[in-house]
Amino acid sequence: MDILNQLQRQYTDFTALLYREGFVDDNFTQVQKLQDESSPDFVVEVVSLFFEDCEKLVNNMAEALEQQDVDFKQVDSHVHQLKGSSSSMGAARIKNVCIAFKTFCEAQNREGCLRCLQQVNHENTQLKTNLQALFTLERQIVANGGSIPVMQ
Amino acid sequence: MSSQAFEKRKETLASMCDERARMLQDQFNVSMNHVQAMSILISTFHHGKNPSAIDQRTFARYTERTAFERPLTSGVAYAVRVLHSEREQFEKQQGWTIKRMDSFEQNPVHKDDNAPKALEPSPIQEEYAPVIFAQDTVAHVVSLDLLSGNEDRENVLRARASGKGVLTAPFRLLKTKRLGVILTFAVYKTDLPSNATPNERIQATDGYLGGIFDIESLVEKLLQQLASKQTILVNVYDTTNQSHPISMYGSNVSDDGLEHVSALNLEDPFRKHEMRCRFKQKPPWPWLAITTSIGILVIALLIGYIFHATMNRIAKVEDDYHEMKELIKRAEAADVAKSQFLATVSHEIRTPMNGVLGMLHMLMDTDLDATQQDYVRTAQDSGKALVSLINEVLDQAKIESGKIELEAVQFDLRAIMDDVLALFSGEAHEKGIELAVYVSDGVPEMLIGDPGRFRQIITNLMGNSIKFTKKGHIFLTVHPVEEVMDSVDVETESSSRNTLSGLPVADRRRSCAGFKIFNCEGSSHPLSPSSSDLINLIVSVEDTGEGIPLEAQPRVFTPFMQVDPSISRKYGGTGIGLSISKCLVGLMNGEIGFASIPDIGSTFTFTAVFSNGSSNSNDSKQQKQRIKNQCHTTPSEFQHMTALVVDPKPVRAKVSRYQIQRLGIHVELVSDLNQGLSSISNENRVFKMVFVEQEAWDKESSISAHFVNSIQKIELGFSPVLFLLGNSLSSSRTNTATSGAYTLSIITKPLKASMLAASLQRAMGGNTGNPRNGEHPSLSLCNHLVGRKILIVDDNRVNLIVAAAALRKYGAEVISADSGKKAIKLLKPPHQFDACFMDIQMPEMDGFEATKRIRDMESNGHIPILAMTADVIQATYEECQRWGMDGYVSKPFEAEQLYQELSRFLQPPSTANS
Repeated sequence: MDILNQLQRQYTDFTALLYREGFVDDNFTQVQKLQDESSPDFVVEVVSLFFEDCEKLVNNMAEALEQQDVDFKQVDSHVHQLKGSSSSMGAARIKNVCIAFKTFCEAQNREGCLRCLQQVNHENTQLKTNLQALFTLERQIVANGGSIPVMQ
Repeated sequence: MSSQAFEKRKETLASMCDERARMLQDQFNVSMNHVQAMSILISTFHHGKNPSAIDQRTFARYTERTAFERPLTSGVAYAVRVLHSEREQFEKQQGWTIKRMDSFEQNPVHKDDNAPKALEPSPIQEEYAPVIFAQDTVAHVVSLDLLSGNEDRENVLRARASGKGVLTAPFRLLKTKRLGVILTFAVYKTDLPSNATPNERIQATDGYLGGIFDIESLVEKLLQQLASKQTILVNVYDTTNQSHPISMYGSNVSDDGLEHVSALNLEDPFRKHEMRCRFKQKPPWPWLAITTSIGILVIALLIGYIFHATMNRIAKVEDDYHEMKELIKRAEAADVAKSQFLATVSHEIRTPMNGVLGMLHMLMDTDLDATQQDYVRTAQDSGKALVSLINEVLDQAKIESGKIELEAVQFDLRAIMDDVLALFSGEAHEKGIELAVYVSDGVPEMLIGDPGRFRQIITNLMGNSIKFTKKGHIFLTVHPVEEVMDSVDVETESSSRNTLSGLPVADRRRSCAGFKIFNCEGSSHPLSPSSSDLINLIVSVEDTGEGIPLEAQPRVFTPFMQVDPSISRKYGGTGIGLSISKCLVGLMNGEIGFASIPDIGSTFTFTAVFSNGSSNSNDSKQQKQRIKNQCHTTPSEFQHMTALVVDPKPVRAKVSRYQIQRLGIHVELVSDLNQGLSSISNENRVFKMVFVEQEAWDKESSISAHFVNSIQKIELGFSPVLFLLGNSLSSSRTNTATSGAYTLSIITKPLKASMLAASLQRAMGGNTGNPRNGEHPSLSLCNHLVGRKILIVDDNRVNLIVAAAALRKYGAEVISADSGKKAIKLLKPPHQFDACFMDIQMPEMDGFEATKRIRDMESNGHIPILAMTADVIQATYEECQRWGMDGYVSKPFEAEQLYQELSRFLQPPSTANS
């Protein structure tokens, strides 16, 4: 019971941190709310799908930016995709980077794009680590027979 | 022209000069002839007679008296020829010696002072010519020897040799110092033949007659006789010596101007004279030519200036024009930018505000204490106010850019009126204002138009009214225009007291007096029968508020113009609402107007044109049917019942009747309790219920007890249920106490059919059907979309899965497609989908294109397609509509938003399902 309480508090604190630090936003809450008995792994599903997409897109963008003659339109559409998924998922930091990224694409600024790409990569890794930690906590709570605290 | 003038001048000068010369010549000749005649006289009477008949005295007197004959001579003298041999005898005879003249001439100064005696006697000569006779004027020359003077000697010699008059060269006369000439004639002893030789003539000479011609005064006199003396300058010259002409008359002014020379013939062949004439003034300037040319120059300058000025003007105007054009362009650009900005900003604010409001709504459902609830409610109200303000600004921007378009959907006007009533009833209740709605029976049940905008206008007018009204009532009425026009006379009868609350109001008819539709009323009915499908409604909102100050009335419909700035401090608001309302009314082909009396109230009236939504026309039979139809929202258990309404005020009674009738209940009106009693006592009538207006109840409290009693006496089962129509909750509560044993139900106004039905059900114990209390059904999340098949199209898998999950929460069956092409395939008719969410920005085929193709495929039916977009700029909405989409949700979407948007389109079957 003690452990469960501790885990639950840890979970709450960690989630609060994630919000405070801007890793995720309300949309992530929305996604969490969508999870119910009929789809118990919904959040994990969405998140893994997101990271899958994200990595693919990052690779595509890196490839496109390496070209001698950069097709910024192509890059922009990738960024747009990423922005869409990140905002749906609630990955606020990535979404924000995407907004800056799009501006550089429009300005056809290769330097800026590369910088943003790097940032996306960085944020991506961080978010992944954080969410994995969160999910681990969730699993531990569930394993201890507790329920996951709902964020207001 | 100048040369012509010169010629003319020359001619004039020549003729003038010739004329003068001729006259001078003539006069000279006359004088000369006379002198010649005198020589003959002397030859006859001096030499011809012995002793001589003439002596000095005779001569002097004769010449004196005949001087007028010789106007040109200043004097005449006669000298005789005396040979030296005869000198002694002559001198003796005369008594004086012959004197020399040249010495006299050398000392002319002494001429007058010194007597001739002082003169030297003439030296011995061969012959002498001493003057013996002289006119008095020249008496000093007597005894002078003419041959001793240079001029005279030559003259004498020439005269006696030629036998003609000869002239000396001009010289200064002795006495007058004026220029003169001496004319000398020889006097001969015998008559000589005309062809006598000079020698014979010399021998025959007896003496010499001389006339002194004063040429200067002569010419002067002559010129004085002539006109235009001033203009001409005359010189007379002796030109015997060509190289040295001697001036005889005139100043010696040398002038290189125009000169004319006329020859003067003075009968002396030896001497030559001429007259030179000049104009005194230089030739006048050719003024005409000068003025003409100056004039032309001036005109040319003026024309040049005008031309220049015109060119300048044109250039300036052109510049201005370009500048204006530029300014217009900039203004238009600024306007577009402004609209864009407003749209964007308001949209940007609206989206998060929806989140704020949603969260507040959820917060309200949680466990809160009273203070917290109050805070949340305040926050929610503020948020709602902000959203409505933004909506207004957005509306204004849309109206200004002409982007607003009205919908044409079927709607129930009465339901909208109920909604509006519900919206304001809380506030009205708080303020103790009576709120009422009356919709005429002539208004069709279903209308086609834009209910949202119609409602917006009414809400706006009502909002204003409630804001400015502290006591009294607000009365919303809807009539077909024809009805109002027909009843104009009837209404005039109704006294000003006949209002809902009894307070005076501003006249409705004045508020719409300016409407065109009424102005053309005189000629014929404004609505032709052919437009029977169009319903022209007149809606008016009457309040007993503080009214609009007269000076502010003209700018009531100007945006952002409140009556005065203090209003917005006191009551809030932007002052934009009425302007928007006016625009909206205009879009509905209506007019809006108002009448307002300060401290009495305002009445706003507008007309709007709708299409008739009920297929049937509104004859009386159909009306009954329609009343029945109205009750589809309310239980029909009250049909065919009869109710009695006791109300002293006809207007209010009419409102009550309208609401009660909507339940299918037949209504009878009486004005007081006594009448009501008699109606109830009438055995033939069975009243199921009695509605007593609180005013009537309170006024006749003594009767009311009696009234209750009599009702109770009526056989059980038939006794009517008594309702009190109360204005405010507090007062009705006190009444409940007094009513004692009898169950007295209170219905709080404003009356609304749905609420009425609920009250009736409660009071009459009717428990059939679900007790709908007129409140909006609360959304039960789980199963609103059960059985719905919804397609979601998005190339983004994350989006897809989230949206799908959200919709599944509402019970919908969700199919996902990750491209436009797949969506088209899935939506190829016939299909089972009820709705489709479509991402706009997709590779290969975007959402617009996909929608267009889907629409092309649709033969019948229309699947609602909603765009999903992260692009929040307002223009997207128009874009969506253009491509055949029905609406849009902004990304990232929330479950509630998805549902709300969707429910708009799935309404009719959804109610059937539930």
